[in-house]
Amino acid sequence: MGYRKVAVVGAGMTKFVRRSLETGKELSFEASHMALESCQLTLDQIQSVVFGSAPDAFDGVHMKGEYISDGAGAFRKPYMRSYVGGGTGVFTPIQGWWHVASGMFDTCLVVCEEKMSPCQPHPQGAFLTIFDHTTERPLGPNLLWIFALEMNRYMHRHGITEQDIAQVAVKNKKNALDHPCAQIGREVSIDDVMNSEVLAWPVKRLDISPVSDGACAIVLASEEVAKRITDKPVWFEGVGWNLETAYWTNRDLYYPKQVEYAARMAYEMAGIREPRKEINIVEPYDPFDYKELHHLEGLLLCDKGKAPELTRSGVTARNGDMPVCPSGGLLGVGNPIAAAGLMKICELFWQLRGEAGKRQVPGSPRRGLAQAWGDLMQVGTVVVLGR
Amino acid sequence: MGIKLTERPQAQASGMETLEFKGTALSDEEFKGGKVVTVSGAPNAQYGWDAGVAIGRFLHELKEGRLIGTFCRSCNRIMVPPRMFCEWCFRNTDEWAPLKDTGVVNTFSLCYVTWDMKRLKEPEMPAVIEIDGASPGMGIMHLLGEVDPKKVQIGMKVRAVWKPADEREGAITDIKYFKPM
Repeated sequence: MGYRKVAVVGAGMTKFVRRSLETGKELSFEASHMALESCQLTLDQIQSVVFGSAPDAFDGVHMKGEYISDGAGAFRKPYMRSYVGGGTGVFTPIQGWWHVASGMFDTCLVVCEEKMSPCQPHPQGAFLTIFDHTTERPLGPNLLWIFALEMNRYMHRHGITEQDIAQVAVKNKKNALDHPCAQIGREVSIDDVMNSEVLAWPVKRLDISPVSDGACAIVLASEEVAKRITDKPVWFEGVGWNLETAYWTNRDLYYPKQVEYAARMAYEMAGIREPRKEINIVEPYDPFDYKELHHLEGLLLCDKGKAPELTRSGVTARNGDMPVCPSGGLLGVGNPIAAAGLMKICELFWQLRGEAGKRQVPGSPRRGLAQAWGDLMQVGTVVVLGR
Repeated sequence: MGIKLTERPQAQASGMETLEFKGTALSDEEFKGGKVVTVSGAPNAQYGWDAGVAIGRFLHELKEGRLIGTFCRSCNRIMVPPRMFCEWCFRNTDEWAPLKDTGVVNTFSLCYVTWDMKRLKEPEMPAVIEIDGASPGMGIMHLLGEVDPKKVQIGMKVRAVWKPADEREGAITDIKYFKPM
């Protein structure tokens, strides 16, 4: 197809915290500034800016993308904000990719920010209007319901236990101990997860990622420019995105088809025929522990219902054959919605360059995949990066 | 487009350990105890939603104590919630399709918290219920009731428990919940 090669050449992020002193604009600045410093570019060398952030309702600011734009370095530049729910953090770099791949720009700064803490008494309030106003909202739903319904269906269909799923929380929270930005890296046991407070059975407190504030940024460049900026460009090899129907009660929630479609699109573009052999690191979306498993299956990285076995046998451990969420994921690093997805791209960038420090996976990985998901179990967004 | 790049004065940062990450965590105490300045506000937004062509009829039928779907001749699906167009075939649906007020639990949860994380003594029991008379897999979200939470199962047959006719108002809550048959 007629598009140009695009590389990630720099990355930056803030710490993920429950509530930050910094405003969304300030968090965006810190991440953007760090990303630019990492590749020694200045803002005047950035030709376009894309920005991702979840609902305006978190901040109570109409058009928060425009409000925060100065922190993303967008002053007097072509600028565009995207929002596809939880999928935003992996969709925004795709948007940045086509800014450069199209030939319109040689550089693009991609910034994802989320500040969930202003929304009182609980940011879940901002999500409640996702349910249909006539047929669902009168029943008094809360967002946990859809995850619990999906998790239960997934468990039922394959005979998967809560303990199977708890392994993911144990792994990711432990991995996060090595992430300098992590909010809740810690050692927990399967029993700790099982004994944590039941919120919406089968979902328990430790099955869930926290509420967070934070920001991430990456710098994209066209091939020719990237090679002048760095000796270690990390290339976009494939991108994919897909949206399922909003009639979520008419779908079998045991399997995320939209993720499969997005993955197939990305694999085709990357020329990947056997993803299980050709993807070295995976950062699937893990706002809940079961979602990591659900998404590994949707990404065709294991057979349906078999993801728990990969976790049990250590394949997905940081030193396993296919490390999954070596960052610590949303379960450990934190879940500032849009920023959490871009954190996964930052992780791949550092891992593929061998710069991930204590988190570095062995074996000089060549290719990684990041994926996010969102809405009423609707959207799948996938990026494959390689060096 | 041209882009000016200067020669890089030095090699890039070589790893995590040399990086400095910004961001200042506030404790709950600092936030709520007034140690940092915050400003509060409550935007006032109110709406009056139109039910629409398909759901409008659905609500009228609920008031009469009935469930109804729509049929698409092209894909042969009987759909609920009903729609005036088929999202698969992207054409108008062809007929109204009366449904039963019974079904099967496709999935469920036992929810012990409110949306703002207040604890509930007795769990709410949201479920997706596949409605009898609609195509396989066609469910709606509703609540379960008159059942011990420990006994709820996927695959359980359930029946709608309606409000008395004079209390029904044309709303999804005209069905109080579904109970085991």
